[in-house]
Amino acid sequence: MKFLDALLGRSKPKQAKLDALFGVTGAAVTLEVAAGLKPTGQAAVCFKPASGQGFAAASEELRGLLELAVKEAGSTLRIEDDRYGYRWVVLGDPDLEDLVTATHLVNSTLEQHGFGPQLLCSVFAFADAGGLEDGPPVNPGRRRCHLVYLYKRGTFYPFAPLEGERRDNELELQVRATLGSDLPVEPELGRWFALWGIPL
Amino acid sequence: MARTRFPADFGLSSRMVLTMFLLGLLYVVFVAVLVAVLGSQYLPLVLLIAGGFLFFQYFFSDRIALYAMRGQEVSPRQAPELHQMIDRLCALADMPKPRVAIADSDVPNAFATGRDQKHAVVCVTTGILRRLSEPELEAVLSHELSHVAHRDVAVMTLASFLGILAGFVVRAAIYGGAYGGFGRSNDNRDNTGAVILLVVLASAVVYALSFLLTRALSRYRELSADRAGAILIGRPSTLAAALVKVSGEMARIPTRDLRAAEPLNAFFFAPAVAPGFSLSSLFATHPPLQRRLDQLARLEAQLGRQA
Repeated sequence: MKFLDALLGRSKPKQAKLDALFGVTGAAVTLEVAAGLKPTGQAAVCFKPASGQGFAAASEELRGLLELAVKEAGSTLRIEDDRYGYRWVVLGDPDLEDLVTATHLVNSTLEQHGFGPQLLCSVFAFADAGGLEDGPPVNPGRRRCHLVYLYKRGTFYPFAPLEGERRDNELELQVRATLGSDLPVEPELGRWFALWGIPL
Repeated sequence: MARTRFPADFGLSSRMVLTMFLLGLLYVVFVAVLVAVLGSQYLPLVLLIAGGFLFFQYFFSDRIALYAMRGQEVSPRQAPELHQMIDRLCALADMPKPRVAIADSDVPNAFATGRDQKHAVVCVTTGILRRLSEPELEAVLSHELSHVAHRDVAVMTLASFLGILAGFVVRAAIYGGAYGGFGRSNDNRDNTGAVILLVVLASAVVYALSFLLTRALSRYRELSADRAGAILIGRPSTLAAALVKVSGEMARIPTRDLRAAEPLNAFFFAPAVAPGFSLSSLFATHPPLQRRLDQLARLEAQLGRQA
């Protein structure tokens, strides 16, 4: 089919894979034990907003559902657009399971409206056990590492940002080695793309 | 679960299939004529030359195009924003990241080349970087990435190479004739002359027909890339805006108030280009702007429908 699609010049929009997303709760335990990284209680879903009334309706419904879910679980919600035109739904909740559930709400709502292909990634923030309060890290020695879930691949990869748009590759590779058996880690390093300036 | 808002465009697909079928038919006939006229002893030579062309074009397409456009590959350090944009689009489309190049030219343009996704290069000119806003640039990039996903370089190389070969035969025969190829006295001179004439004639016809067909194919592939690119970013109108801007036809959307312009209307000419069939539309590699805009408008309408 791939050959035929190439020949006919049609690429179908890739649907999001959701199976592996829930594995992040189990992986968090491994990360804390083996690498000393704890969830900071923040997660985000990133998608590309489409134009038109169809997407506006889906967004409206999503916002309503999210506010309801957030109120029930007692978490926080923030919606931001970044400079590349992607929308971030940033969720805050000390319980990682609630975060994953809320994340899934975003996916399923978008998918129901036929906007599954617009999903880019989910990011779960982890950091050194140093200071676990919300907000940016205060002490420079504190290591941060995000777990990024690629919807189209159904895989995770670590992203450890440092000051000045540099990446802590050592930590990333260490996390990959740790997670190997818990989560499907993206095997192609070329797809571990950087996410600078994300609202997390 | 896996719903999509965009039904397949069967019209576009079937027109493309028809074009490819005609091209294939033409080439089969061409080879058959060559074999019938020349006899099978020349066939290996012909195939060798053709294969050589094909090999060269296929494997060096990325370097040839980059060299021709004077594109310089850039690292994520040199062009962080461009790289970030492409990173995200690739993650959205689930494709490996192509190399990124910038050509120092004020002509607003962008192209994608390379035989497959692993060897792909996406190149933009400094002119397009300067002129387009970020969302518009992203739309152009998603159009180019769709070319990569559709393997357009491979398809167009395969589609055009026999046509190029036919053109080569014609040219070789014309120069050969002019520099005394036919003038040699020869025992079976009449016979050879007739054979060469027949080959040249067949080649000329094949060249002309394949030229038209590959151009038609190229136009369909452009429409396909427009469609896939617009669906990828979910914003057909942004791509349309970029197209209008790049085509240098911003004047189509008047900035002037209609009432203010009205008294002057008497001095304006009607558009000289009549809608409908024209010779230039047969030769163009890209479909007319209006046709591309129409397609994008239809996609935008599909997006607008409530679920």
